[in-house]
Amino acid sequence: MDSLTHSAIPVDPPPVPHLEDYAAVVGQAEIHELRELAMRLSGRRVKMVNSTAVGGGVAEILNRLVPLLNELGVQTQWEVLKGGNDFFAVTKAFHNALHGESCECRPEWFDLFLTVNEENRRQMGFDEDFIVIHDPQPLALVQAREGRNNHWIWRCHIDLSRPNAQVWNFLRPMVERFDAAMFSAPPFTQSLPIPQYLFYPSIDPLSDKNRELPPEFIQSVLERFQVDPKRPILTQISRFDRLKDPVGVVQAYRKVRKYFDCQLVLAGGGATDDPEGDMVLREVQEAAQTDPDIHILNLPPWSHLEINALQRASTIVIQKSLREGFGLTVAEALLKKKPVVASAVGGIPVQVIHKVTGVLAHSIEGTAYQIRFLLSNPDFARRLGENGHEHVKENFLLTHNIRRYLLLFLTLQQQ
Amino acid sequence: MKQAKRPFEFVAASYLIRIRPERAWTLTELAQHLQAVSEASIFYHTFQSLESHHYTTFSNDFAQWSLAACNETILAEELSAIDLRDIATVEELRSALTGTVENYLRKTPQSGDRPAFEPFYFCEAVETVVPLASRAFTLKELAEGIRQMSLHTLHHHFINARLRPKLGVSDFSNWTEDSLGLPELAKRLDRIDFYTNTLEGVRKEILQVLDSWIH
Repeated sequence: MDSLTHSAIPVDPPPVPHLEDYAAVVGQAEIHELRELAMRLSGRRVKMVNSTAVGGGVAEILNRLVPLLNELGVQTQWEVLKGGNDFFAVTKAFHNALHGESCECRPEWFDLFLTVNEENRRQMGFDEDFIVIHDPQPLALVQAREGRNNHWIWRCHIDLSRPNAQVWNFLRPMVERFDAAMFSAPPFTQSLPIPQYLFYPSIDPLSDKNRELPPEFIQSVLERFQVDPKRPILTQISRFDRLKDPVGVVQAYRKVRKYFDCQLVLAGGGATDDPEGDMVLREVQEAAQTDPDIHILNLPPWSHLEINALQRASTIVIQKSLREGFGLTVAEALLKKKPVVASAVGGIPVQVIHKVTGVLAHSIEGTAYQIRFLLSNPDFARRLGENGHEHVKENFLLTHNIRRYLLLFLTLQQQ
Repeated sequence: MKQAKRPFEFVAASYLIRIRPERAWTLTELAQHLQAVSEASIFYHTFQSLESHHYTTFSNDFAQWSLAACNETILAEELSAIDLRDIATVEELRSALTGTVENYLRKTPQSGDRPAFEPFYFCEAVETVVPLASRAFTLKELAEGIRQMSLHTLHHHFINARLRPKLGVSDFSNWTEDSLGLPELAKRLDRIDFYTNTLEGVRKEILQVLDSWIH
């Protein structure tokens, strides 16, 4: 078992992609139309606020989205909520509760949530035309809209279909003060008096995590992590988070091992707003025991090339989440034409159309069975990967996300 | 090459998807919501989502849901057979959809209240159309413009156009007939089946028809 914290493999960083570079992936027409839409917003200013600058899907999206919006002439600033470990422990508990877990929330947690938001509100300016608040952590910043005529938008990246009532009842009045809310899938929504829009999250095809890699580099990553390229590689890329069920993945792998001489890679890291990560990592290490074919890789947040290489080297990519916002790692795997076995939760079924762009499972047993099925039927697995690639190219790329933001700003501007 | 009386004006069309509050857990609820939901929602679920339907069995959301979530294959086939080319308004379309579900439930009443595997979430598209500087005066210029446009814009000109005046025809066939005086070409363009093809496939077929005419 590997339980390592690796430093990044030294490679030259590629130049930061510009909008025009995406034409090779999505076509020149798409880029031309983005410019036309953005011209209607020329001079407008946008502020994005979330709770972490590194780790997790939201930070990744903002890292690419913000520079491209600026390149289009829509001045966009990104600010990160500041808070201590106690605050992020509370927001993590809220996050899990909004995903439906029980929560014995203490009254002081709600006070701390409001206090930290209020401290941040005093430090940030909110004079931009559009304020986009990501996820629940900075929700109370909406108090700052008092006396302003700008537009406030809540981008909810998580599944709100079965929220814990205590936490949702606390947050809901804040959500209702926004002009619009954006959700990753229709089932994630709640009944709200404000308009709700469908915003699929997106991945960047030109980022380090997704761009094409030379085979030698992929090989070097496997060597570094002592993964055998000659035997099937099952991989789950995720933060060490109970909702991603890494222990369940180990159990599914053990069932597959009875039939196939395969290896399991569990690679991920922590986000600064997730204090539970270390504890979950220990649980996974205990579950893996001393199996030399289970590779648990606790990677630093800048390991995008390594993650890219591990995905590309995988025979099958697994995403066995118990609850999921959207599950961008699924889109990443599909873009790389990988057969995916994933849980039918959150936004995953939007990406994985069962037996067309991947396969869905509902249990540890189902996950193990589907992995065995794909290992036994490599032609079918390859076809799933190719369909998945097209599906991602048409729906879940960064340029689609930019278009949706521009449209939403234009729509709100006209109201 | 023949010059048009008035140019074809290219636009860039985009769609923002708004999630509506209506949800159907049963076919009875679907029929009820179909009667009352917005025209934009009826249109969206019948035609807008064509863009994402190359992989699913049926080319409209109501049919796909009847199959995948309700396991009602006959109803799914009946709903998918409703043809926009026979329909001139969204109200006619609503009536055709509602009638199909209600007829089915009259024949198989036990299907009405059986809970679906997952609910149907009603959505609607908010369209934004931005005029572009480019125009076409000839078939060759039209073909070039179609080659360059995004799939959203192709959808706007070729599918959504059928519910704008002049009803039932695409912007391309409308222009070739009215401005170029080529009714035969217009008919050939309108015969292209957009239900059973991807939008990229539709683009290819339009260009084949135009190219064969040009040459």
